[in-house]
Amino acid sequence: MAKRDLINITDLTQEEVGEILDLADDMVAHPEKYYEECAHKKIATLFYEPSTRTRLSFESAMLELGGNVIGFASANSSSASKGESVSDTVKVIECYADIIAMRHPKEGAALVASNACSVPVINAGDGGHFHPTQTLTDLFTIRKEFGRIDNIRIGFCGDLKFGRTVHSLIEALLRFEGVEIVLISPDELKLPKYNKESMTEAGIKWTETTSLEDAIPDLDVLYMTRVQQERFFNEEDYIRLRDTYVLDRAKMKLAKEKMIVMHPLPRINEISVDVDRDPRAVYFKQVRNGKDVRKALIATLLRWKEEM
Amino acid sequence: MNIDGVSTGIVLDHIQAGKSLLIYQLLELENLDCSVAVIQNARSGKYGKKDIIKIDQLIDLDFDVLGYVDPNITVNIVKDGKMVDKKHMALPERLTNVIQCKNPRCITSIERGVPQRFRLVDPERRVYRCEYCDTEHVAKR
Repeated sequence: MAKRDLINITDLTQEEVGEILDLADDMVAHPEKYYEECAHKKIATLFYEPSTRTRLSFESAMLELGGNVIGFASANSSSASKGESVSDTVKVIECYADIIAMRHPKEGAALVASNACSVPVINAGDGGHFHPTQTLTDLFTIRKEFGRIDNIRIGFCGDLKFGRTVHSLIEALLRFEGVEIVLISPDELKLPKYNKESMTEAGIKWTETTSLEDAIPDLDVLYMTRVQQERFFNEEDYIRLRDTYVLDRAKMKLAKEKMIVMHPLPRINEISVDVDRDPRAVYFKQVRNGKDVRKALIATLLRWKEEM
Repeated sequence: MNIDGVSTGIVLDHIQAGKSLLIYQLLELENLDCSVAVIQNARSGKYGKKDIIKIDQLIDLDFDVLGYVDPNITVNIVKDGKMVDKKHMALPERLTNVIQCKNPRCITSIERGVPQRFRLVDPERRVYRCEYCDTEHVAKR
């Protein structure tokens, strides 16, 4: 059996996703059962791009499992600044660590890392491409809030072109029954064609609009995203597009009582701060869910590695 | 010149004029020990002119890439002066180091020694996708 990685959410079967979410539920209910789960194991967090939540969440997850953490938090503090390739870096790191979580600005970097080393690699974000652990977090959050993932009408709003969290979550939702997707973005930041084709092929009902006000009344989940400055080569385009959508209390009044607002964070100004007090705003709960589901993922990948 | 020049070997026929050297490189024919003839601008009843490559030995080559470069190419297998098989090329499922990803955000734009890999996702529209970043590449007809 080959080692297992998580590069794209589709690397996991739907059954495996369910098992990881179940394990995360159990870890929340009985944390003491898992205090020694990863004792004497190390995770290397290789972050070539700045991150607060994702890196700290991996690190907290490993510490709560009784394991240890090594790594770097920016490309400047690694040998990448001397021109070392990703492949060479992970070949070195696998001599020290049992599992790697990597974030890199280039798309496909995690796949290159996974091909180059023999320890499990978790993609913690590869440019604007995939962010599968955010997807597990999002699925875990939806399941906790609604008790199901099937038959959900979910609206994605903002930067759908470079928003890797959106791409990964859509890939994952293709496998659930009765999901409907509403894409809300300016013309310049529309979802890539390949994601739309995947939805069509999977028989998912999807629509596209530029108006958040028109879409919000029918949604069960509103997934807001930030327009990411670091994805633009041109500052002017970024400034022009960043304020396209701002979710405020007035817009929340148009939404269902049971709708939830999700956001992968960090937020800039796309959700007004006064929405935070609305019980439908679950984006800070998502952060905790992210740590819990990463615990379950690390434990699962290491268990699979031991079964090899 | 025609197929008679090879008694036992392989003839790549109906190559679009001007593409024979590209195919020579992609198939790494420079590594062979046997005779290889590249004929450029041969007369073709169908296309006006064409290129032909004759390989004077039956060898195992990965011809998949031919379907990508030029779907009109035929591969003729010749034994004892007789053509025993004629293959028409289809688009290959995978391409390795044939095309380069054009996405400046793709890891292949900076990582040394990583093979450029593409997989066929839509044969009708001739669409390939980079295995690393999913950027599309449409093969010319």
